Amino acid sequence: MKILSVENLSRSFGGIKANNDISFEVAEGTILGVIGPNGAGKSTLFDLITGYTKTDNGKVSFFNKDISGLSPDKISSLGIGRTFQKLKPFADQTLLENVMIGSFVKEDNIKKARDKALEIIDFVDLIEKRHHFARELSTGQRKRLEMARAMAIEPKLLLMDEVTGGVDQKTIPGLVELIKKLKKSGVTIITIEHNINIIMEISDNILALDQGKRIAYGTPKEIQQNEEVIDSYLGTVDAT
Amino acid sequence: MTTEIILQAVVTGLMMGLIYALIAAGLSLIFGLMDIVNFAHGEHLMLSMFSSFWLWSLFGLDPIFSIPITILLMAFCGVLTHYFLIRYILKAKMLIQICATFGLSIFIRSIAQFLWTPDFRNIDKPLLEGRLEISGMFIGQPQLIASLVCLVAFILLYLFVTKTETGLALQATAQDRHAAEILGIPSDKMFAIGWAIGLGCVGVAGGMMANYFFIFTDVGINFALFAFVAVALGGFGSIIGCLYAGIIIGLVESLGGLLIDPSFKLLYVFAIYLLVVIFRPQGLFGRY
Amino acid sequence: MDKLLIAKSEPLWNTDKRIISLIGGLIVLLFALPHFGLNSFYLHLMIMIFMHAVMAQSWNVIAGFSGQISLGHGAFFGIGAYATSFLYVQYGISPWISIFLGMIVSGIAAVLIGIPMLRLSGHYFAIATLLIGISFQIIFQRWEWVGAASGVWVPMTSGDSWLALQFHSSKMPYYYIFLVFFIITFFLVWLLSRSKLGYRLRAVRDDPQAALSLCINVSNYKIIAYVISAMIMAPMGSLFAQYILIIDPDRVFNIEISIIVLLITVLGGIGNVWGPIVGAAILIPISEYSRIYLGGTGGAVDLILYGLILMLICIFRPEGLISFFPKNILERKKQR
Repeated sequence: MKILSVENLSRSFGGIKANNDISFEVAEGTILGVIGPNGAGKSTLFDLITGYTKTDNGKVSFFNKDISGLSPDKISSLGIGRTFQKLKPFADQTLLENVMIGSFVKEDNIKKARDKALEIIDFVDLIEKRHHFARELSTGQRKRLEMARAMAIEPKLLLMDEVTGGVDQKTIPGLVELIKKLKKSGVTIITIEHNINIIMEISDNILALDQGKRIAYGTPKEIQQNEEVIDSYLGTVDAT
Repeated sequence: MTTEIILQAVVTGLMMGLIYALIAAGLSLIFGLMDIVNFAHGEHLMLSMFSSFWLWSLFGLDPIFSIPITILLMAFCGVLTHYFLIRYILKAKMLIQICATFGLSIFIRSIAQFLWTPDFRNIDKPLLEGRLEISGMFIGQPQLIASLVCLVAFILLYLFVTKTETGLALQATAQDRHAAEILGIPSDKMFAIGWAIGLGCVGVAGGMMANYFFIFTDVGINFALFAFVAVALGGFGSIIGCLYAGIIIGLVESLGGLLIDPSFKLLYVFAIYLLVVIFRPQGLFGRY
Repeated sequence: MDKLLIAKSEPLWNTDKRIISLIGGLIVLLFALPHFGLNSFYLHLMIMIFMHAVMAQSWNVIAGFSGQISLGHGAFFGIGAYATSFLYVQYGISPWISIFLGMIVSGIAAVLIGIPMLRLSGHYFAIATLLIGISFQIIFQRWEWVGAASGVWVPMTSGDSWLALQFHSSKMPYYYIFLVFFIITFFLVWLLSRSKLGYRLRAVRDDPQAALSLCINVSNYKIIAYVISAMIMAPMGSLFAQYILIIDPDRVFNIEISIIVLLITVLGGIGNVWGPIVGAAILIPISEYSRIYLGGTGGAVDLILYGLILMLICIFRPEGLISFFPKNILERKKQR
């Protein structure tokens, strides 16, 4: 079942084509990894899909329904959640309050919303920090806050932008486990990642971008052997 | 409604516009450097006008001669403002920054009112006075000289910021304070310089206007509003934008007052502001 | 699993019995106060405190809860003031009804003003609100139908009249009316801050982009906050009109109103339901006393203090004085 279909998506900023005629599909329940050098247009792609930036051309379909041009809040209420590369926690609110704002999407009652939020906070293993203000958390914890908050809206599709960026080495396996747990619970995931090992490990499919264009799409194995991808980004990958 | 009357209004508007432009440029410079809107800008203008007045009233100095003193006083005032207030709120939330300079404006205005009463004053028989007749239009000499001086000051400011080493250092700090620091440009000093120059501009404008304007403690309010409008209209952070915006405001005020109703002059300027920022939120040349 | 159960069993709110009885006691005290022989001045002082606390709370909703810095909020005060006085003088409508009419007009004004301003943020928004506030004053100064610069003079009724909301023998009825409005408003805002709407407004305040990703229509919520805020402010203008019976643009549309609500809220603690009370309880007495002891120049000295206090708070204690209170009086309970 196709959950997301992107067709000929294009967007320019003052003469530079940030996204140039990108097309791909995502099957429900899978993880799509998005890789590419800096400036390849990965975050722009996310912004286009989630409605934060208007497309110049192209179409985005969610469960075969055209969502191109909708506002970000409408798109999120259809069931697409996201995290941000430049983290956006509600700094002056506690972790619990942050996640509760997410759970209010599906739950009107405050106590139930709070309990649901607590469950998700437990899922991301941050329950002891629930009353800490978001600004007091470490980067890794804030990344998990954003994931928890996005998960709280019970999305069917979750777009994650570099969740392992800038995080301690020792917390990375935990995050990877989290992503796998998420997939098991039925959420389809698209994740932008620079950490090649992680991407190869968790992705069912990988989309490679360079200079705004899609240069490859395939399984991790196929991507690893793709000449263009190796040239633009991977370099020769040592056998792991 | 003859063409002469309209032309007269255009010239008047242009002249006021150049003065607004300089005042706005000072505001824009400060904002460009540290993202802080000086809500006390009008009160600083008022202080510069009073500086001219007291130098005349107490020491008999004609405004033309006291202007350098006024400019220096205002520049010093700028440095003081930075060191005693602005320095502490650089990292604060925008609300707090707004409240801080808002508080400063209230403080300055009410101390002035307390010390000098709200009475209107003016400088009697300054050296610059009288009218010129140019092709059927009557142009006040002090007004004309004032706007020309402001234009020159504006050009000097622009050249300073774009061509001199200090000016370029200011620009660097404005664009990326941390990167500039790494290159050896001390932000704190740059901010102080920015305030000094910004208020120095106000000193020029106020000093020149003291020749013909009534001087009273509330005089700065309208000018401040027009300066905010000019900076937002021209685009926060753009000095050139101030010139265009200042002139537009001067013309709108003058022509609106002539063609529609003089008592609503402020409203026409406000309307222009609202129209522009609603359709072009970053103003004419803004980088916001 | 253990930790989760513990977390779930925590009470939602700080329902410390001591605080509830403290607040209850205070309310009883406030109701009883006039009967302890308070003279006219003290009644006036309390009335001013109640009124300014509610006005500041109105600003707190728009600025503290939803993050929109309005520098022209006095406009809604003026609308409320004109609503009761003008409708009474022209059409004989009882102020009790006009209070609600004033709220409705304010709400509509908030929508009409708010929608075009949605595109503005930060400094642009603040300046726009400043201009709008001043525009109201200018327009009302020249609008003949509502009395232009002379404003509206409400004819005094002979003796007290509950229907016309005028009392001349004593300030006590005014005291109680303001007190009731004060308590109701604070209770409603307290409910708001704990509601789903309150949570969403704070999200809009703290990060509108993130809020969008959580299904929050930021524009709608900004308008909602603006309307609620306007509808809290208007009744205070209305009651003030009934209190002084002479309304003109300089009195009810002047910028000082916008300044003082800002100052009280920032002083007390912006974003906190109790901030406006703390701020009003401290600032209003200072203001009223300086007016007495400094005689004719009282006006300016008031403002000198305001400016100074505002700057000092911004430098040293931007979270407001409420942050000095021990944690268990604050709304939320933290566990470390």
